[in-house]
Amino acid sequence: MSLPTARFGGRIKQPTWRAALFWLLPAAFLGYFFYQPLLSIFNLLISPEWGFDLSALDWSQVWQPLRFTVFQATLSTLLTLAIGLPGAWLFTHFTFPGKKTLKLLSTLPFILPTVVVAAGFNALLGPRGWVNLGLMALFDLETPPIQFLNTFGAILTAHVFYNTTIIIRVVSNAWSRQNARLQQAAQVLGASPWRTFREVTLPLLRPAILSATLLVFLFNFTSFGVILMLGGPQFATLEVEIYIQAMHLLNLPLAAVLSILQLICTLGITIAHNQLSRKDVLAASSRAQELPVRKPKRGFQTVIVALLVVALFTLLVSPLAALTLRSVVKLDANRGERGEIARGFTLQYYQALWENPRNSLFYVPPIEAARNSLIFALITIAIAVSLGLLVAYAQKQRSPLNHVLDPLTMLPLGASAITLGLGFIIVFNQPPFSTLSFPILLPIAHSLIALPFVVRTLGPALQGIPPSLRNAARVLGARPFRVWWEVDLPLLAPSLLVSMIFALTISLGEFGATSFLTRPQYPTLPVAIYRYISQPGALNYGQALAMSTLLMLVCAAGIFLIERLRLPGKEIF
Amino acid sequence: MLTVQTIEKAYEGQPLLKKVSFTVQDDETICLLGSSGSGKSTLLRIIAGLEEAEAGQVLWDGIDLTNVPAHEREFGLMFQDYALFPHHNVAENIAFGLRMQGRPRDEIAEKVQAALETIHMTSFARRKVTELSGGEQQRVALARALAPEPRLLMLDEPLGALDRTLREQLSRELRRILRETQVPAIYVTHDQEEAFAIADRLLLLHDGVILQSGQPHEIYHHPKNVWVAKFFGLGNLVDGTVTQHAPLTVNTPFGPVRANCQGQPPAIGAAATLLFRPGQARYPAREGGNPITGKVVDQVFQGERYLVTLTINPALPSFQVLLQEPQTLGRPLTVSFEPEDLLCLENGKESE
Repeated sequence: MSLPTARFGGRIKQPTWRAALFWLLPAAFLGYFFYQPLLSIFNLLISPEWGFDLSALDWSQVWQPLRFTVFQATLSTLLTLAIGLPGAWLFTHFTFPGKKTLKLLSTLPFILPTVVVAAGFNALLGPRGWVNLGLMALFDLETPPIQFLNTFGAILTAHVFYNTTIIIRVVSNAWSRQNARLQQAAQVLGASPWRTFREVTLPLLRPAILSATLLVFLFNFTSFGVILMLGGPQFATLEVEIYIQAMHLLNLPLAAVLSILQLICTLGITIAHNQLSRKDVLAASSRAQELPVRKPKRGFQTVIVALLVVALFTLLVSPLAALTLRSVVKLDANRGERGEIARGFTLQYYQALWENPRNSLFYVPPIEAARNSLIFALITIAIAVSLGLLVAYAQKQRSPLNHVLDPLTMLPLGASAITLGLGFIIVFNQPPFSTLSFPILLPIAHSLIALPFVVRTLGPALQGIPPSLRNAARVLGARPFRVWWEVDLPLLAPSLLVSMIFALTISLGEFGATSFLTRPQYPTLPVAIYRYISQPGALNYGQALAMSTLLMLVCAAGIFLIERLRLPGKEIF
Repeated sequence: MLTVQTIEKAYEGQPLLKKVSFTVQDDETICLLGSSGSGKSTLLRIIAGLEEAEAGQVLWDGIDLTNVPAHEREFGLMFQDYALFPHHNVAENIAFGLRMQGRPRDEIAEKVQAALETIHMTSFARRKVTELSGGEQQRVALARALAPEPRLLMLDEPLGALDRTLREQLSRELRRILRETQVPAIYVTHDQEEAFAIADRLLLLHDGVILQSGQPHEIYHHPKNVWVAKFFGLGNLVDGTVTQHAPLTVNTPFGPVRANCQGQPPAIGAAATLLFRPGQARYPAREGGNPITGKVVDQVFQGERYLVTLTINPALPSFQVLLQEPQTLGRPLTVSFEPEDLLCLENGKESE
């Protein structure tokens, strides 16, 4: 006869129906709104209803964007490494003035919407940006001397801005967790400092470097807004090509082929990345000795450190500062404005957000876009956080269902927003939906994109609540809901807030799926910025920058709050 | 021969090592014993060249090593957490130092094989170090430190992370290997049993100075002062005042006691502390000994003997004796100590 298992200390086996209950809603939601659209893209190619002939496809239209996507992603990644790795060395080994600020700033790119970053570089280096207007004033030029917009360099610069901090954070995190005694052991065994670096430090860092590199490559590979807004029409990556084929040329089959190719690539990279990050947990001894962090010592070291700090500050601060300043300074003429231009500080661009002059592109003032964005974001928070909470609880139930459903929940992380948008317009272009109802689908698409982040935030937080606390509450007389209310909820609160901020900022800044689903009557902020920034006239430009600045401030506040709230030791990546 | 000369080092503004000097002869194992925070690990790291001393020198055969970096000192150091390279397997870990010396491939393979044999782990060559138990890691770390044939081996609490049985077994093995290789060694520990087992010579480090040095039995039988006796837990310490020489008599809270003092006895009227070793209590009390009477308050069976705790006077600390026979709790008991068994120690402030 077997003894009864311990009821209080041991883990009580949960019935599978409980897990199934928790999974019910999220699975239905994902099935209907994520997998159905995804499958519809495949279906498009094989179903006779569309009458698509694969053999008639001009494959050069497929290979060319693929080649360019791989090329730009590789080059961007290499450039990012060239700045990021020295940056990681800097953060791991040295203290320097402004380190805290720089560390805080380094969280920004992760959350900033592409339209904001594009607007930032536009305000810095674009034809109406600080540098060009400055040079024109200085040398009395008629045209902007620096051609930055619509160049390959612009794409690379923005990608480096976005991803340098990923390399720095992931690599310096792994570096500073290295046991300093390993290096010392190598030294005592006769390895010179350079040999120690090559034989001990570098091999131990390799998984972290590779994993960060793959992540950066993935982000560059799926880059959409940057290419569209800074690269211009002559540079088409897979993402941009899918968008153009689907939305401008209405060639859905080609878009579908590109999407499937894109999906295969991103899935491959994501799987490789997950494998690598698992390897990264090289058991650091509990008595590991921390690397000493000190001031730069010798003369040339000081110079290198100073150069790096200045470079990183310039990279991270200059586009954002340019954006903010440019949004409150009038430097050139409004559309149709003649005669002397009143240059100087102005809040005109912000005030104009409430107005709806005749020449506006919209039937509504820009502030309506902000209102729409906010409403969509609030709905996204509601959907993503409730689903995320259900998934987190379902994952905790240790049921065989989880082996299948866990990875299926995380898949939206690998699929690009563009693919999702394409799937949406294929599936939901029929009753009960119609093209007019697409804006209703926006928060749903945003929720799908935010869900993996929410689950990754809530899951570990929930797992981190010791079961003994719940048992204690039960023994002290709390009913099940009361246990949840008194124990789970207060302990989850910070993580709930973090996941809400994630959902908020993702929804506010989302541009890829949005560009498929938006309609002129219901613009969101990124869509409005995209339209305004390419219009002639200082007022349109200024309004675009004003909106970007507002969006940036909201996102910055969000990420700084997340940094303060996140569990110690839990990095975003 | 290693010479450590007036090494000084401060940690966060507090002096950690105050002019520490000692030597290590060829084929001698010395044990650096001290409580945690006494600076013994720091001293090792200074000798290894991993840290710089603020003053003083480390010399090898009379040559100053101050400007010789760690990787050129040809010393071996076994770390407290072993610091095995997680990206290398057992054999590669052991080969590391040999590779740094630029030895030919087959020689390295040969030496690694020999090292694996020494630690009885030949079948572990291809194993990942992260899959090894604590004791196995410890042996690999030792083999790695020894393989390049260092001029000096330093071991920083090498058994600290292991459980008791394993510690005793590995301590024996360590002794064997140190004897066989005849490498001069500095062994750092806070565990006196370990120190007694392994050391040819003990250095007792306390408050940044070497309080006493000598062979284990010397220190055990002749602790230099009260602190040393306390550190080794040698027995009951009773404070008193010297009242008479020849025979040496010390006035204690339980009356005058005749005692023995090697060397110069303290002056009459000076404070002194007497060491009563529990194992030297005689029962029944003998004529001519110093009788001690107290109430039996506790008794622990220790296999060979009983550790009996007595209360002589509620105002005094309790007093422990080791006896062959069990006693009855609550009953008074009289034991005696022979005058020549009682050691009279310098009292109070550790004079330096």
